[in-house]
Amino acid sequence: MKKVKADPEGVLTGAHYLDGDHALAEGALAAGCRFFAGYPITPSTETAERFSERIPTVGGVFIQMEDELASIAALIGASWGGKKAMTVTSGPGFSLMMENIGLACMLETPLVIANVQRGGPSTGLPTLTGQQDMMQVRWGSHGDYRIIALSPDSPQECFDLTIEAFNLSEIYRVPAFVMTDECIGHMHEKVVIPPAEEIELVERKWYKGPKDKYLPFKPDKDMVPFMVKVGDGYHFHITGLTHDERGYPVINAECQDVCVRHLVDKINMNADKIIKFEEDETDTAEIIVISYGITSRVTTRAVRMARKAGIKVGTIRLITVWPFPEKRIKELAKKIKAFVVPEINYGQMVYEVERCAFGQAPAVHVPHCGGWVHDPDDIFNAIKEASK
Amino acid sequence: MKEEDRLEEKNPIETLLRMDRIPHIWCPGCGIGVVVTSFAEALRKSQIDLDKTAIISGIGCTGRVAGYVKLDSIHTTHGRAVPVATGLKLANPELKVVVFSGDGDIAGIGGNHFIHAARRNMDLVIICVNNFNYAMTGGQVAATTPISANASTAPFGNFEYPFSLPYLAEASGATYVARWTALHLRRVTKSMQEALGRRGFSFIEVITPCVTLYARRNRLGDGLNLLKYYYEKSEIQHGADTRNVDISYQGKLIVGKFVDKEKPTFLDCMNEHLGKVLGNKYKPYGGNHD
Repeated sequence: MKKVKADPEGVLTGAHYLDGDHALAEGALAAGCRFFAGYPITPSTETAERFSERIPTVGGVFIQMEDELASIAALIGASWGGKKAMTVTSGPGFSLMMENIGLACMLETPLVIANVQRGGPSTGLPTLTGQQDMMQVRWGSHGDYRIIALSPDSPQECFDLTIEAFNLSEIYRVPAFVMTDECIGHMHEKVVIPPAEEIELVERKWYKGPKDKYLPFKPDKDMVPFMVKVGDGYHFHITGLTHDERGYPVINAECQDVCVRHLVDKINMNADKIIKFEEDETDTAEIIVISYGITSRVTTRAVRMARKAGIKVGTIRLITVWPFPEKRIKELAKKIKAFVVPEINYGQMVYEVERCAFGQAPAVHVPHCGGWVHDPDDIFNAIKEASK
Repeated sequence: MKEEDRLEEKNPIETLLRMDRIPHIWCPGCGIGVVVTSFAEALRKSQIDLDKTAIISGIGCTGRVAGYVKLDSIHTTHGRAVPVATGLKLANPELKVVVFSGDGDIAGIGGNHFIHAARRNMDLVIICVNNFNYAMTGGQVAATTPISANASTAPFGNFEYPFSLPYLAEASGATYVARWTALHLRRVTKSMQEALGRRGFSFIEVITPCVTLYARRNRLGDGLNLLKYYYEKSEIQHGADTRNVDISYQGKLIVGKFVDKEKPTFLDCMNEHLGKVLGNKYKPYGGNHD
């Protein structure tokens, strides 16, 4: 993995007052993203607006495509053309992108997609928050594959985690997602953008060997294949069909096993290196609240109330949502009474907690159908109930 | 057997094909192979830099072309070849990007992408093999199936109005539009050469026989019968008004180069407009070729 410093051209060093959507765009520019294709959708549009305003003086392309199907397709083309590429969307657009998210996974294409979540299903609540696409990001395209998804809890993290998403997507040749929501997207806070030389980026894993020996899907030691770009004279072929290391289609169960197993193992085997979360007072806790994104900020108040009431509460804030911190949840489940999982949906990540707890501790869900954040009292009451 | 021991003469287009993937999957009598031959011939004759030429296909019989041509080639999803090509072209403007796909892929499921890429005058070459039906899946009715022709999902004959692809392309903004049949190979090659040598959204429709499905279901005979039909019913009309080139069942086929005009491309417009508005602050975009 070759580390490089950010190109100062795209880095707006300084302290700013930004909303999450704008911070996503600044994160992308700082990460070296020079191609953005998108389609307007509330509450994510401001990211596209910011990028379209900034890119002409940085040097790159913004294109508003005809729909989200085309946006993600254009990202795949741009990425194989050698550019770091990003799009941003919300629920309905995210559903449309599922088809080519599968293709991006199958072609092992680095690219970044931000989802500023709103309440669903269907058109749902265009202007109000939700955390309802957390399972869709994991399972939404057909077939078996793995992706990486991060969840920022502030405009600052929208900036930081977009850079992180670009780095992870380049390291693992996989689509990476920034799963934020309307609340964070439209929340204005201080965002500090460091000088370019303090922003560490990862260079794409370029193949340097003989031209006729390049195999686009031959895993390296870290399981990630090398990449080339279109136009460098390799005359390579890649396909969304089940393929061998050469990228040639092979339609049988044996090749399917190698091909799909690779897509899954590449992320699973590297999960420990990818996963990030914050833990607080989990050593002494009887109850652990697991939350992510905006809900983790509401949780802070509920936890303070619970501690004041004498309940031993710890917290885990997921930064990486997928892959999920399975091992840590398994460990903690043996020592505690219960997990409490508030999220703005009717039960998504709670099932993952439940699966990983493996019957050792119950996972109590605090649901919210979307439109607003939880009342901290609801989370506090769930903690109280679980601690009995 | 070593290459030098081979007795037979090498096919001149072999170097442009992935010979390790031959034999191909197309049926005997299918017209796609000859369009690929024309394309290889056009590549050879136009002497463009093959390292800088890419081919993008969608899904379907013609969608398999990207897998056989020895260029940087991407076999994408159904209907999305044009936006993938758009992203690729914009990421590296020095590339010549060719979309090679079927009528179902380009005008059916991908119709929206097609008209918008034409509207933007995106610098792409679009080669559309039109065999009047969805062949890969067994001969279903398509957006190009002539009225009254039979298809597996129009078992009593098609009653929907079909697209006339040259008309659609021109109306959407294409700056080069030609139509030929699988019989007009020399002309197909010439049109492809012209398209490869120019800038802007270039569209070439090639009408080809689908012997296994379209012809069999409509009792039109074999490949030779269809070529006879093309021979008897096609009429070359360069510059024809594309409003008048629609195709009826086994009716007249108006072919030729219909449109060839110059117009700034998407990137020309972007650079010119932003340069004018932003002045020195604008960084003209020509792609990063490091």
